[in-house]
Amino acid sequence: MIEIDIHKKLKSSQGEMLLNIQTTIKKGDLVTLYGNSGAGKTSILRIVAGLLQPDSGKINVNGKTWLNTAKKINLKPQKRKVGFVFQDYALFPNMTVKENLLFALNKGEDNSIVNHLVEIIELGELQNRKPQTLSGGQKQRVALARALVQKPSILMLDEPLSALDSEIRFKLQQYILNVHKEYKLTTLLISHDISEIIRMSDKVLQIEHGKITRQGKPNEVFNYTGLSAKFQFTGTIIEISKQDFLYILSIRIGKDLVKVVADETEGEHLKAGDKIVVSAKALNPIIQKIG
Amino acid sequence: MIDWEPLILTFKLAFITTILLLVISIPLAYWLAYSKSKLKPIFETFVSMPLVLPPTVIGFYLLVAFSPSNAFGDWLNNWLGLQLVFSFEGLLIASIIYSLPFMVHPIQAGFSNLPTSLIDMSYVLGKSKTTTLFKVLIPNIKTSLLTGIVLAFAHTIGEFGVVLMIGGNIPGKTKVASIAVYDKVESLDYAAANTYSLILFALTFVILLMVYVINGGYLKQQK
Repeated sequence: MIEIDIHKKLKSSQGEMLLNIQTTIKKGDLVTLYGNSGAGKTSILRIVAGLLQPDSGKINVNGKTWLNTAKKINLKPQKRKVGFVFQDYALFPNMTVKENLLFALNKGEDNSIVNHLVEIIELGELQNRKPQTLSGGQKQRVALARALVQKPSILMLDEPLSALDSEIRFKLQQYILNVHKEYKLTTLLISHDISEIIRMSDKVLQIEHGKITRQGKPNEVFNYTGLSAKFQFTGTIIEISKQDFLYILSIRIGKDLVKVVADETEGEHLKAGDKIVVSAKALNPIIQKIG
Repeated sequence: MIDWEPLILTFKLAFITTILLLVISIPLAYWLAYSKSKLKPIFETFVSMPLVLPPTVIGFYLLVAFSPSNAFGDWLNNWLGLQLVFSFEGLLIASIIYSLPFMVHPIQAGFSNLPTSLIDMSYVLGKSKTTTLFKVLIPNIKTSLLTGIVLAFAHTIGEFGVVLMIGGNIPGKTKVASIAVYDKVESLDYAAANTYSLILFALTFVILLMVYVINGGYLKQQK
C-alpha cells in the first residue's frame, strides 16, 4: 500500500500551479497517470522518487515512511526502493547494455537477477552494445530491465512508450505487463494513449492542473460502461467534415485510419483531436485471413 | 648549439602544473556546474579573471604577497621554509592560477552539457555522489578533460609576463623557454632566439592540432 499526500508550488509554462495530490495505491496495482502535458504528472513521479522536494506532505510505502515533512523525515533517492524509467531513458553512454544493468546492482550482490532480466526482456544479443547504437525500443527495454535490477517497491515509467511506433509499443506493453506480474510490482505509469491505459491499468488517475480530477477503473474514468458493444475501439479524431446533414469522421485507431459517419447530434459535440470510443452492435463482420 | 635547460624547465613546469590543475579543477568545475549557491558568480569571476587580467598584474600581486618583507611571505618563509619569490615553487603556484580557467572551463562545460537525468538515474539506482562522479560523469566527459589538459599544458608553455614578474631569469630555476627567447633577443643572439621560438611554435601547433582532431571527431569517423 502506498499513501501519497503531497503539496508543491510548481512553476510551469502557464504560470504558477499548485500540485495537490492525495491518493492511495494498492500493492500490486498498475496505476496510470493520465492528463495533459504540464499537468504535473512527471513532478509526482519525481517527488515519489525523492528527486524533487515537495513543500509539504507525506509518502508511506508498505508501512515505511519515505517522506514526512512534519516529522522532518525525507529519505534520499538512494534509500528509496524505486525503479524509474525516464522519458529520455538516461542510459549511461560510457557503459554497454550489460554494464548498465550491472551498475544498478548493490555492492557484492549476486548478479543472477541481471542474467534473469536479460533473458525475460530478451536483451541477450544487445548485451555488449553501447546505448548510442540502439533503437528507441531497444533503449526502452534496457531502461526497463535496469529499473528492475534493484527489485523496487515501486516501478515508475514516465511516458515510456510515447516515442515508439505502434507495433513495438504493443510488444513493450507486454514486457511491462509481464514483469509487473512476475515481480509483483506496484507500477505507476504515465500515458496519453487511452487504448494503452485500458489494456494495461488497474486504475487511472486523471490529473489536471496539479489535481486529481477523476480516478477509478479505466472503464469508469473514460465512462463507456453503458455500452454492450460487440466491437469497440478507441481512437483519435483526425478530421471532421460535414456533408449535408451528416458528419464524416476520420479516426486514427492504432495505426489505421478509419472513416465513420455520425449524425448531427453526435457530430456537433466533436472536434479534431478528441479521443473517442467507436463501437458497433448489430453487425456481421467479414473476416479474411491476410497473413 | 642552444642551451636545452630552458626548454626542459618549461616542460617540467607545464607537466606538474597540468597534473595539479587537474586535481584541483575536477572538484571546482563540479561545484561550479551543479551548485545553486549565490556565491557561485563570484567564484566564476575569480576563475575567469586570468583570461583578461594582464599577466603582469597577477605577477605583481603574487610578488608582493610572496615577498619575505610582507607578513604572508614571511610566514611562508619561517613556517614552511618556502621561498616563493624567484623560485620554481613560486612559478608553479603562479602557473596554476594563470592557467586555471583553461582547465576549469572545458571541464565545467562538459559537466553542464551532460543530461541531468544521468545523475538523477544514478541516485535512483542507489549510487552516492562520489560513485556518480567517478563512474558516470567523468567517463562521459573524456574529451572535455582532454581539452582542459592540453589547453592548460599549452598555456603554461606560453606563459611570459607572470614568470618575468615573479620568477625572474634564473637559469635552471625560473628561466623558461619564453624568457630565454626574450633574453637572447636582448643580447642580440637572433639565431638562438629563432631556434627556441621555432621549437615552441611547432610544439604548440602540434598540441592544439591534437585537440581539434580529437574533438572534431575525425578519429571516431575512421574507426
